[in-house]
Amino acid sequence: METKGKAYKFGNDIDTDLIIPARYLNTSDYKELAKYCMQDVDESFTDKIKDGDIIVAGKNFGCGSSREHAPIAIKEAGISCVIAKSYARIFYRNSFNIGLPILESEEAPDKIDEGDELKVDFNSGQIINLTKNEEYKAQAFPDFIKKIIEKEGLVGYVKSKLEQGV
Amino acid sequence: MGMTMTQKIIADHSGKESIKAGEFVEMELDIVLGNDITTPVAIKEFKKMGAKKVYDKEKIVVVLDHFTPNKDIKSAEQSKISREFCKKMEIKNFFDVGQMGIEHALLPEKGLVVAGDTVIGADSHTCTYGALGAFSTGVGSTDMAGGMALGTTWIKVPGAIKVEIKGRKKPHVSGKDIILNLIGKIGVDGALYKSIEFTGEGLKDLNMDDKFTIANMAVEAGGKNGIFPVDENTIEYMKERKIKDWKIFEADEDAEYDEEISIDLDKLNPTVAFPSSPENTKEIGEVGDIKIDQVVIGSCTNGRIEDMRIAGQILKGKKVDKDVRTIIIPATQEIYKQCIKEGLAEIFIDAGAVLSTPTCGPCLGGHMGILASGEKAVTTTNRNFVGRMGHKKSEVYLASPAVAAASAIAGKIEDPNNI
Repeated sequence: METKGKAYKFGNDIDTDLIIPARYLNTSDYKELAKYCMQDVDESFTDKIKDGDIIVAGKNFGCGSSREHAPIAIKEAGISCVIAKSYARIFYRNSFNIGLPILESEEAPDKIDEGDELKVDFNSGQIINLTKNEEYKAQAFPDFIKKIIEKEGLVGYVKSKLEQGV
Repeated sequence: MGMTMTQKIIADHSGKESIKAGEFVEMELDIVLGNDITTPVAIKEFKKMGAKKVYDKEKIVVVLDHFTPNKDIKSAEQSKISREFCKKMEIKNFFDVGQMGIEHALLPEKGLVVAGDTVIGADSHTCTYGALGAFSTGVGSTDMAGGMALGTTWIKVPGAIKVEIKGRKKPHVSGKDIILNLIGKIGVDGALYKSIEFTGEGLKDLNMDDKFTIANMAVEAGGKNGIFPVDENTIEYMKERKIKDWKIFEADEDAEYDEEISIDLDKLNPTVAFPSSPENTKEIGEVGDIKIDQVVIGSCTNGRIEDMRIAGQILKGKKVDKDVRTIIIPATQEIYKQCIKEGLAEIFIDAGAVLSTPTCGPCLGGHMGILASGEKAVTTTNRNFVGRMGHKKSEVYLASPAVAAASAIAGKIEDPNNI
């Protein structure tokens, strides 16, 4: 699986209140949630981005509340993947569970600038910066996580378990 | 190699003799929890999974506590989705307005979580039950759905940080100051993917409500959970509410810890976390002159009876500053009733505070005390992120009930020792 898009950069400790403020959590309509993605950091974010674009951030991305509305808002806004130095643990599992690809890399967020065109290969963890003609490596997914990815998220994983009568 | 307390509970619930950090296991669940915000999403995903029924009607808990009593039509619709699902699935532990309290105060109070349990909750502060010697952690809605369908979940076994508590608390120091001090030391990602395991002779000086507060904010240091050994206090607390048996786990003597930290209570002073991160901590003597517009005393962190008593002691016979809106929220109906019985309700109202029905409301900027642009609040809640309690240009200072009550009187952030 591959994706190509423009990088939008954010700092360290981007919390889930910034990704989607709680005042918009009175709905579980995914398209509605997407409208407010990153609003308190950058009001024009959802107007600027195009389908396939990529969020690049520092350490501890997605910290705070467990709201799955956060990765849902990112995914439904059209972001194809997140690259960060590290993730808060609930956000990490939520992303795989809902099928939002996220990559961990110490190097990439420091070298990528806002607006760079990136090409990402999820299987190999290879990140190519087409603007700068550079290449970075993200951490490989653990085997267990690959099983969830193969089922396109936890829904598929649980579904097949239920079908097997486990 | 030995196991930590957390690893032992996970091993016990995944049918393994021994596990180690980094391993992925499928773990059996004693409780699966959700609230009015996260449950509707879980229900959607539960249906997509093709699940027809929940794995155990007694082990699912749904509490409508965030935007309730419902603040607007959209929230009412969300509550309705949860209410109808729980009826249809015959979920026994469904708590609606009138019975509900803030989930992480309510579950222990009702005896629904005990030592040795495994709990996942679609709410990040599910880690609170570590105070009882349970393994509990926050997850998302899809995980909640999977848990409801299967009765199991996947867990990456966490490594651990050992925190040794020494000494005795000084006056006006409580669990909140201890956890803020720890987060200040290790940072908001200091315990990323790890359990925080508390030990030490100083634990004797902590009451259950101190421990609930500390375990509650383990997630604010990035922790998977925070956990306390089971002692006489824990057993006493569980006995009073007993509806099921508990099991006591202890860390092995040769358990491996990635890091060891110690906190000396003899040296700890009331602590405040400045905007906009729980790691921006300062001791009360260093805060300077910060005028405030609002005080909130409540939440899953500090809405328990000891918190109410501390606030009552300080506010008794005093008036809150006329420029400070003071909102006090006992976390459950039981605590609310106890406030009336002990005369705390009268103290709060006479002091000029409002006393609210249980709700998470203001903590996450939902309702019942939203801040305008430029306003500052001292609150006993758990997060002070940008926009957390309202406008993105408002500011939240996290503190203990003692500091919050003293600040309400003084009109600025104040040391309770000066009141």
